[in-house]
Amino acid sequence: MAVGGKMVGMPARAVPYLKVLVHLLCLVPFLGLLWMYKTGALANEPDPVNFLTHATGKWALWILLADLAITPVRRLSVKLAWMIRFRRMVGLYAFFYATLHLMIYVFLFSGYDVPTAIAGLRAGHLGEPFRQFKLVWPTMLGDLMKRRFIQVGLFAWVILLALAVTSPQRVLRAMGGKNWQRLHRLIYVAAAAACIHFWWLVKTGVLRPWKDTAVLTVLLLARVVYWLWKRRATAVQTAVATV
Amino acid sequence: MGAAAVASSLFPVKAHATPTKLATVTSPYKVNETMTPERIAQSYNNFYEFGNQKDEPARNAQKLRTRPWTVQVEGLVQKPQTLDIDTIMKYRPIEDRTYRFRCVEAWSMVIPWNGYPLAEFIKAMNPLPSAKFVQFLTLSDSKQMPELSGAGYTQYSEGLRMDEAMNPLTLLTFGSYGETLANQQGAPIRVIVPWKYGFKSAKSIVKIRFVDKKPRTTWNDLNADEYGFYSNVNPTVDHPRWTQAHERRLDGTGGIFPKTIPTLPFNGYANEVAGMYQGMDLRKYY
Repeated sequence: MAVGGKMVGMPARAVPYLKVLVHLLCLVPFLGLLWMYKTGALANEPDPVNFLTHATGKWALWILLADLAITPVRRLSVKLAWMIRFRRMVGLYAFFYATLHLMIYVFLFSGYDVPTAIAGLRAGHLGEPFRQFKLVWPTMLGDLMKRRFIQVGLFAWVILLALAVTSPQRVLRAMGGKNWQRLHRLIYVAAAAACIHFWWLVKTGVLRPWKDTAVLTVLLLARVVYWLWKRRATAVQTAVATV
Repeated sequence: MGAAAVASSLFPVKAHATPTKLATVTSPYKVNETMTPERIAQSYNNFYEFGNQKDEPARNAQKLRTRPWTVQVEGLVQKPQTLDIDTIMKYRPIEDRTYRFRCVEAWSMVIPWNGYPLAEFIKAMNPLPSAKFVQFLTLSDSKQMPELSGAGYTQYSEGLRMDEAMNPLTLLTFGSYGETLANQQGAPIRVIVPWKYGFKSAKSIVKIRFVDKKPRTTWNDLNADEYGFYSNVNPTVDHPRWTQAHERRLDGTGGIFPKTIPTLPFNGYANEVAGMYQGMDLRKYY
């Protein structure tokens, strides 16, 4: 019931509470990692860096997929129109986890010596973190030049970065709705790139990414179906109008 | 509740059902580096027949029955035969050897293994002069190996050139940390080839075959670009998906930070093994 500008299906006053809930849900994986760090469970993992890399990568992709599910689900009923208000927020969380994933690669996976960098800082050698970075930089550059799974992963992150910085209302207004929408359609490319990143990093014969890929395929197909259905509906309407 | 208690309740190691203490003798092969805790060595394994995630073998390997167990010796030998595991274990004194263990995935451990040189066993089998390679076949039984169907192969196969198999470093292995191997480590019998990437060290062996041609090996079959027949640890030959120049040493000392160390040619065993590859282009024969 869209009466007097009220939200359909969901009382407007419920939305702030729901927002808090969605924030909390999106933070659960991060808080879980913090908890593991606090209790020592993370340090007790046989290979903590590997664990962190996989955990953050997985959550970045899952939250990105959850974000892409919002629009098709919302289209199922006019009563679900309120869901659109969560799209930006969930997308920003996907960016948050993707950034954690990247930072873990840069500062832990690469071989960057965090303890030495911190010890250097404490001893007043402000250049130490930079010096440590210079030691691992060639490895990372090599990865970037040679490894396609790194390239496609970074590509996905750069897209998410562009979407994140253009996400505020002010930017939307400055850019104009059409341009903004065109740019933000790149989220499909980012999601596809993230899935390819996953496929290219697992060993031959390991089919672990298939579930994520299936979900993404369904979410993209849902859009195609909707677009076809809408085009047909418009065509029928136009036909009716001309008659 | 302490951190260790939290961790052990979160990540219980179940498959280590009945470890038996082994009577061992000392050996000069001992790496003087921090040893990987048993807990880590037995909860972070690649054994795809029990699942392709690192923690799965420890959870899924309890169905593996390690007794009765026989090893079939066949191919180019004077007398093909089937040997009982307990007979094999008693053939020579079991040594304590601490080796570096370098996985192709760029992590490494330092593990005390218990076994005797494979060379001793091979000599006892009297291979024919025509035998140029040794092939090792792993158990393939979906009743005991719940993830065998998802492993990507039907029976794990590995192989060594005869001189590699006869090298004093190559260990026919029955235990680690002074006890029989945990199932997820490849109980009851495996080989350890410390200068090669870990996947060359076949686990839960049921067949040892002497052959005249290079045998097919599982990872080489699955992806020849990434996994060569030799697969000697080599910091100058990258894996297509990552560098092999350094490795994360998993010894439980780094907290959440990785202990990243340079990878050594032949995993630090160049003195003992480099001679076998003289004149070979190790970039070609990776």
